[in-house]
Amino acid sequence: MPRPQIEPLPIIALNTNRTKKIRVLPGFKLTLGFTLFYLGLIVLIPLSAVFWKTSSLTWPEFWHTVTMPVALASYRLTFGASFLAALVNAFFGFIVAWVLVRYNFFGKKLVDALVDLPFALPTAVAGITLASLYAKAGWIGQLLAPLGIKVANTQLGVFVALTFIGLPFIVRTVQPILEDLDPELEEAAASLGANRWQVFWRVIFPLATPALLTGFALAFARALGEYGSVIFIAGNIPMKTQITPVLIMGELDMFDYPKATAIAVVMLVVSFVLLLSVNVLQWWTNRHNTTNLA
Amino acid sequence: MTPVATTFRAPTHAGHRRSTTETAGVRRWLIGVALVFLSLFLFIPLVSVFAQAFAKGIGFYFQTIRDPMALSAIKLTFIAAIIAVPLNCVFGVCAAWAIAKFDFRGKNILLTLIDLPFSVSPVIAGLIYVLMFGAQGWLGLYLNADHPHLPWLANWLNDHPVKIIFAVPGIVLATIFVTFPFVARELIPLMQAQGRSEEEAARVLGASGWQTFWRVTLPNIKWGLIYGVILCNARAMGEFGAVSVVSGKIRGQTNTIPLHIEALYDDYNFTGAFAVASLLALLALVTLGLKTWVEYKNVKANELETSMEIPVAKIKNV
Repeated sequence: MPRPQIEPLPIIALNTNRTKKIRVLPGFKLTLGFTLFYLGLIVLIPLSAVFWKTSSLTWPEFWHTVTMPVALASYRLTFGASFLAALVNAFFGFIVAWVLVRYNFFGKKLVDALVDLPFALPTAVAGITLASLYAKAGWIGQLLAPLGIKVANTQLGVFVALTFIGLPFIVRTVQPILEDLDPELEEAAASLGANRWQVFWRVIFPLATPALLTGFALAFARALGEYGSVIFIAGNIPMKTQITPVLIMGELDMFDYPKATAIAVVMLVVSFVLLLSVNVLQWWTNRHNTTNLA
Repeated sequence: MTPVATTFRAPTHAGHRRSTTETAGVRRWLIGVALVFLSLFLFIPLVSVFAQAFAKGIGFYFQTIRDPMALSAIKLTFIAAIIAVPLNCVFGVCAAWAIAKFDFRGKNILLTLIDLPFSVSPVIAGLIYVLMFGAQGWLGLYLNADHPHLPWLANWLNDHPVKIIFAVPGIVLATIFVTFPFVARELIPLMQAQGRSEEEAARVLGASGWQTFWRVTLPNIKWGLIYGVILCNARAMGEFGAVSVVSGKIRGQTNTIPLHIEALYDDYNFTGAFAVASLLALLALVTLGLKTWVEYKNVKANELETSMEIPVAKIKNV
């Protein structure tokens, strides 16, 4: 039985290789159509509602809302604590990634698997757990209390919660780079007379920098929007320990939607800028790695 | 005795080794720092969840979990996950098929837009649905308008009121939003790496589109898909911030497990809160276990494939 409808198809397709008009595989319109439809319905249209609601405010009203003292204090705390938490995670996360890639020790596989715990553990569970651990009578809090360090209901508590949720980002972005590192690079540096610290600082660290920055940006972005793990430990005192998402939540509870939305717009714009820079960073990382391989 | 002495007295060898590895002291110190840091932030919190859950004994534990409010929260959490995960799964496969198997303009923009829900604060994720469907939102203003566009639609909606905000549909929508990218994110890079030659070969050999997908693509992406579903499900069942905005927190009706934990905690019933929290902690551990297992399986499958595909890889490099 001849099959005229199939025979000519592959020949044309193979010859034209990358031209876009003739496709061997079916379903492009269907899948792309559904993707755009679902994306629009679930993400884009609802997100545009934020900008629509903000337009009900005049510019001075908007500016007044987003720069009121409570809001400014919350930005300062949210950005400051997120930045510090990401910084601490960058330092310790790099060590954790290094240890997991380079050394062998008892229970390494278990430790490796548990690094992702902050991704898997619901934020509410993390929140009440950290709050009870760092409370005055908690397991860790009672050790810190004699030293005069208060964590629960302070800005330090916000920092602790944000460090917890940002932990896996650095480890998981740096780990694959360290794994793929060519040992010949280190051997070459060593044979040229570099000591171990120089090999690390001048050869290994620069190669891992793009990944480290990506991980930092991801942890920072995640911390900015975090809600569940912070509210229990922070105490949410306006002007002192209230982060921006909690401020938005407070306005919502009072049914002040325009105010909540105006502050949400500020956060959204910041998140979009961060998302964009993460994408640029990742593009840079990929290019960096390909040039190194070539 | 002698062999030990020789290794110690080989200065050139030892000098070279020192520059490519760390001394034993540095190693031990770094391992120590890493483990102390992880203990402080991961291990101790994890252990403390279970310790506090059983602080008042097993009887109290099961009494808290069998409470009707807790059971209704568990039920609602399952409903949200059972709707959200398959929908995002279908979306993930569709998006990955379109993006990985075809070339079109604006692909990078589409990729960025798919990631968008990850960069939106959970509170804002809830807020956007309140602005859409709440009393002061699009839908509310439309229904209360004096002369709405499409009056028949407004009349029909007024006659068939569906409560979305402060009700189950809102919770489901918020859950779909926050878990939106999980499956797509796993599948897109995987399918891009696999290319389209196998599917093209299947088509050339006469397979239909569906046959190609079920027999060629699906077995290839199986582990990636399972991985994405596991992560998606974990987030769907544990979401707190977004759900908390749209739920209204009516006990026994619109409380999910995380919201029930918050309610117990706010009542100063700490042991009860941790008892319910231990269910989610258990879910997290199962998630991590499955994840590690899938990664292991995936590595195995890749090893098998690369050992069979060495000639192809060499050709590609040339």
